[in-house]
Amino acid sequence: MVAVKSKTSANTITIRFAGDSGDGMQLTGDQFTDTTAVMGNDFATFPDYPAEIRAPQGTLPGVSSFQIQFSDNIIFTPGDQADVLVAMNPAALKVNLKTVKKGGLIIVNENSFGEDHLKKAAWKTNPLADNTLKDFQVLKVALTDLTRNALKDHPLKGQEVDRCKNFFALGMMFWMYDRRFEHTVAWIEKRFAKRPEMVAANIATLKAGFNFADITETLQTQIHVPKAQLEPGVYRKITGNEATAIGFVTAAQLAGKTLFYGSYPITPASSILHELAKHKVYGVKTFQAEDEIAAIGAAIGASFGGQLGITGTSGPGVCLKSEALNLAVMTELPLVVIDVQRAGPSTGMPTKTEQGDLLQVMYGRNGDSPVAVIAPKTPSDCFQMALEAVRLAVKYMTPVIFLSEGYLAEAAEPWKLPEIEKLPKIEIRHPKEEKDPFLPYSRNPETLARPWAVPGTPGLGHRIGGLSKADLTGNVSYDPDNNQKMILLRREKVAKIANDIPDLTVEGPGSGKLLVLGWGGTFGAIYQAISDLTQEGVKVSHAHLNYLNPFPKNLKNVLSRFEKILVPELNMGQLIMILRDHFPGVNFLGLNKMQGHPFSVFEMKNKIRELL
Amino acid sequence: MSEAVLKLPYTKEDFVSGQEVRWCPGCGDYSILATMQRTLSKFDLPIEKYVFVSGIGCSSRFPYYMNTYGFHTIHGRAPTIATGLRCVNPELSIWVITGDGDGLSIGGNHLIHCMRRNVDINILLVNNRIYGLTKGQYSPTSEKGKITKSSPYGTIEQPINALCVAIASEATFIARTLDTDPTHMSYILERAAKHKGVSFVEIYQNCLIFNDKAFVPVTGRETREDRMVYLKDGQPLVFGKKKDKAIRLKGLYPEEVNYTAGGDTKDLLIHNEKDENPHYAYFLTQMEHPEMPVPFGVFRAIEKPTYDEMLDEQIRQAQVKGKGDLKSLIYGPNTWKVGS
Repeated sequence: MVAVKSKTSANTITIRFAGDSGDGMQLTGDQFTDTTAVMGNDFATFPDYPAEIRAPQGTLPGVSSFQIQFSDNIIFTPGDQADVLVAMNPAALKVNLKTVKKGGLIIVNENSFGEDHLKKAAWKTNPLADNTLKDFQVLKVALTDLTRNALKDHPLKGQEVDRCKNFFALGMMFWMYDRRFEHTVAWIEKRFAKRPEMVAANIATLKAGFNFADITETLQTQIHVPKAQLEPGVYRKITGNEATAIGFVTAAQLAGKTLFYGSYPITPASSILHELAKHKVYGVKTFQAEDEIAAIGAAIGASFGGQLGITGTSGPGVCLKSEALNLAVMTELPLVVIDVQRAGPSTGMPTKTEQGDLLQVMYGRNGDSPVAVIAPKTPSDCFQMALEAVRLAVKYMTPVIFLSEGYLAEAAEPWKLPEIEKLPKIEIRHPKEEKDPFLPYSRNPETLARPWAVPGTPGLGHRIGGLSKADLTGNVSYDPDNNQKMILLRREKVAKIANDIPDLTVEGPGSGKLLVLGWGGTFGAIYQAISDLTQEGVKVSHAHLNYLNPFPKNLKNVLSRFEKILVPELNMGQLIMILRDHFPGVNFLGLNKMQGHPFSVFEMKNKIRELL
Repeated sequence: MSEAVLKLPYTKEDFVSGQEVRWCPGCGDYSILATMQRTLSKFDLPIEKYVFVSGIGCSSRFPYYMNTYGFHTIHGRAPTIATGLRCVNPELSIWVITGDGDGLSIGGNHLIHCMRRNVDINILLVNNRIYGLTKGQYSPTSEKGKITKSSPYGTIEQPINALCVAIASEATFIARTLDTDPTHMSYILERAAKHKGVSFVEIYQNCLIFNDKAFVPVTGRETREDRMVYLKDGQPLVFGKKKDKAIRLKGLYPEEVNYTAGGDTKDLLIHNEKDENPHYAYFLTQMEHPEMPVPFGVFRAIEKPTYDEMLDEQIRQAQVKGKGDLKSLIYGPNTWKVGS
């Protein structure tokens, strides 16, 4: 007879699913996440996978992982280390062992620990049989056999049967963390609607996993994570790239413009193109260009044509786009360049995150070429910053760089949906037919923006281009004084954006010993670290820059109120270099990581403690 | 700076911008510019509907001299900017002005893809077989062995044939004309303007300074009647001072034969610009000096749906049941409620 099992509760749990690229680990993680969302926890996810589509089966480079932290608290990171690792094979175990907490639970598919798999994963001895896992609890499950057994009366054959085993693991995790499986069942029914035999097999496997966990004597306790006290409202799960795409479609609608998105496939920006390509019902025009240059060229053409030209890429693509970006600077056309940064230099680590492009987007062009640069701080913040990018681009007639990161692009979190009616309209005025000669390089006295005259408008015919422009007329000019004047005007125009963006806010004490000044996707780790330390009674403050060029006007004042400024960055210190240039004499200190991974809360806390 | 709104009908002068033209005296580009201005003035499309887009090079200064909308972009990239512009505005008449270096070297990739997509724009490739603006290096169309500043021992590169590239890219309108025959050029520009889909026109142009008389062996006063053949749809390829020569096929190759006006044409090659199959147009591009007379005129003019039209059609289809509303976009398929 099976003993009645107990149920305990926990505040925060981190789970990591790991297997071969073909094992469906991202899907498994997504399903766990969706159910977790519906069950009312706060969460943050971290997909971590190789650039290779299917590296040789069972090898270390082929390991794909998905981490989720969920909680009854408000959380900001996917968790430093996992409470539970599900390892589908020896390679997944090897790659992910260091991500598990000491004393944490490791669930392995023991059927995959044969000689050849151990060899492929470069284990000299079987880690299940020696002392390798002595610091952990280990649950050996014959996932392959159990899945085959569960499906022995199903019509599926061989590989198709074995491919269901991720649902067995998912079913186990659903039991362990007291989750319902209805949401995933509904998903399976929809996903495989055309293949009823797949629906039946996947559901049977999911339930078999759930029941196995319920029955097996090695699992005695179910852990319940209560609902989080999220702000009341309607929520959806969102990744950074989804929020980016939806944000730009929304911005186009708010501006009454057609969104034209020119892009060339590149990791980790491609999913923005995929998302936008679906939205034809919103009038979105996507253009998969022949290369990065054509992608931005077409976007500039669309902007010249009076619509909303946007291009998206990652760091290597920005390199290729820089000449065209400079053309948009010179012709003062609105344009948004999305850069979802990845680990560089060169091809680097395409699926891994970094913040290495800040200096490139700020300065990586010939001549003095200022552009606005903004950066979202969380996946859902990508939506808000997309609206900002468009607002600034069209109001100031300037390219705006939307500097996202691989980590934000793919991480998911709950997003409290905005009230649609309250989203502000984006005002655009195009000049109309006029009696006086039209001056394409005259300027709005407040913003210094030039008029956005659209081809097809009678009487406004004019020529623009990359050659130096005469003030007012825009004619080609080699006049030395004019050239200097125009360079200064363009700089002043971008600088004026500072009057039009929110002040920097400080979380925690308004002055003191240490301010942590972050930007971009480091927000989560910094916020969590400071919130933990504050609870311990440590006095430290946090400010986060969404606007990198220009900076908020009160930044100087904020900096002046702290003895030390810690600037954590996933690069060698690019923001710190700009800050030191702007604010000489301020005591800036860096925390820098170039490993393709986001900061952990642990390393952030350590650094803060070290400085206090 | 532009003047007050111009009304139809237009004169050539209406298309002349106020900017001083700065090509070298005697440059073939003057003739191309004047022919363009004269040709467009005959049409009834409002002047504000024209946009000239160019890259970098001597001919790429063209937009500055047209009293229309214009965009002098960056080296080789004009087709990309024109593509984006076309995708958001179906009403404009868009002209890309490029050269042999701009279009076939640095911008070769864009040229190919713009043509294969059949974007509804007109591309004029002004070919002078030299880099002029950078002062005399060989170009991708320079003949092998050519001695220039960057090839003092002669080039060792096989030249590219612009029209072959156009055929290989499945351009739907392909033509060749020359700077010294404004009447023919005007006819070709008019045909290009009226073609729906991409129009690709190669214009033989003389660079007086760095490659003078490059085309004279073909187009020179003394020799042109024997070395040029003007293509006329449905007609044999007749040439020669006395119009006494035509072309016939010998296997896969062209052969010169005697021709008498009004005589039997059954063995002769009859020009068919509407041939959907690219073989014939490609064959014509291979008729090169000195082996054969060089064809001028419309090589190919076929109808295919344009990129911009299909792009709009997909959106129209998606919106048959109405345009999307912001709420369903932002909310997506799965939401959950927290609290009251």
